[in-house]
Amino acid sequence: MEVKELVRAIDIKAAYTLLNESKGSKVMAGGAWMKLSVKSVDKLILLDDLDLDYIKEENEFLEIGAMTSLRTIEMHPAIKSLSSGILTKAIKSIMGVQVRNVATIGGSVMGRFAFSDILGALLVLDCQLCFHGLHEISVFDFLQMPKVPSDILLSIKIKKSSEKGYFHKVSKTHLDFSLLNIAITKNELFKIAIGSRPQTATLAINTANFLNSQSEINEDTVKKAVEIACDEIKVSTNLRASKEYREVLLKTYLTRGLLEVIK
Amino acid sequence: MKINLKINGQSRQFLIEPNEYLLDVLRKNDYLSVRRGCDNTSCGVCTVLIDNKPVPSCSVLAARCENKEITTVEGVEKEVEKLARYFGELGADQCGYCNPSMALTVYALKLENKNASIEEVKEYLVGNLCRCTGYIAQHEAIMKYLGDES
Repeated sequence: MEVKELVRAIDIKAAYTLLNESKGSKVMAGGAWMKLSVKSVDKLILLDDLDLDYIKEENEFLEIGAMTSLRTIEMHPAIKSLSSGILTKAIKSIMGVQVRNVATIGGSVMGRFAFSDILGALLVLDCQLCFHGLHEISVFDFLQMPKVPSDILLSIKIKKSSEKGYFHKVSKTHLDFSLLNIAITKNELFKIAIGSRPQTATLAINTANFLNSQSEINEDTVKKAVEIACDEIKVSTNLRASKEYREVLLKTYLTRGLLEVIK
Repeated sequence: MKINLKINGQSRQFLIEPNEYLLDVLRKNDYLSVRRGCDNTSCGVCTVLIDNKPVPSCSVLAARCENKEITTVEGVEKEVEKLARYFGELGADQCGYCNPSMALTVYALKLENKNASIEEVKEYLVGNLCRCTGYIAQHEAIMKYLGDES
């Protein structure tokens, strides 16, 4: 990766101004993926000195600073107890400890990677992204934006919940990208996200609406919900898996996940 | 630009380019136990410890390491000798290319969780590829090393 100029931002405002003053400016979070995806940067902005590496526990929510490493998040006891630990499970399935010590939650979100395991988990948790300019928006709204905003992600706020959760990544080894990943939470309402389709994770809204409208959830309603999901969620072929294989994976793991959360 | 690093307890100053990775800076300055493998964070042979945490040096910009403590195997020689004894006894290595990175990762695990179970060892070593051994003898040697209080 060619870097013409490297700047350590002294505060958030300076980082925001630097990012928006030219099109060739980029922010580096963990940088684990950037080396492989970006060939040249005019001005590379580092956020290392901005104290964005923290996990705060408030009464109703957890706040994770954008520069917090995936490994730090994975090891945090409060994150482990959040919705059956789905965020911990999603993070643990990513590469090795070395990469997770470098990669940050902010980089994982702002990259909007199609293969991301984290985005699905964040979609089904009740969480908000806190930006410097945009202020707070939901992960769903962020993923619907036509392009990544030219903004500085400060933190992620996740509402505390002991609701049931399920996360599964289908891959041959930890070092592989997901062929498909599924995240589910169930409190009063169901939330279902499917990622690595191979497109970026998305919510199965119609499927969740169907389940949420049922007075009783049993094996038959789960079967019907899975049929709705297979119609609703578009999967396709890439080098890692075919459309047909992904359809089978979706059906199998969504059924398992739903049966697990209704236990 | 200049950076100050503490490598194996010794303060060093290097003149670097803004796009240089830690692996390149270390190897250019004769820290040759830090190996180059895939160069894309997949294989783990470039592992060093930054403030006692294992990281892939191929993907960490050297400029971000200002005033950090970098450890290579030479910095934990006694521990490495102990681990190497168990590796030898159990036939846990062959070509040896991944040994320095494996040793550093195991040392970091010991600092973090010296009572790690075999499953935790396997999980911690996911990012260290070895193309010779098949891992079984390595895991046995590592368990013996972790249990060694000497």
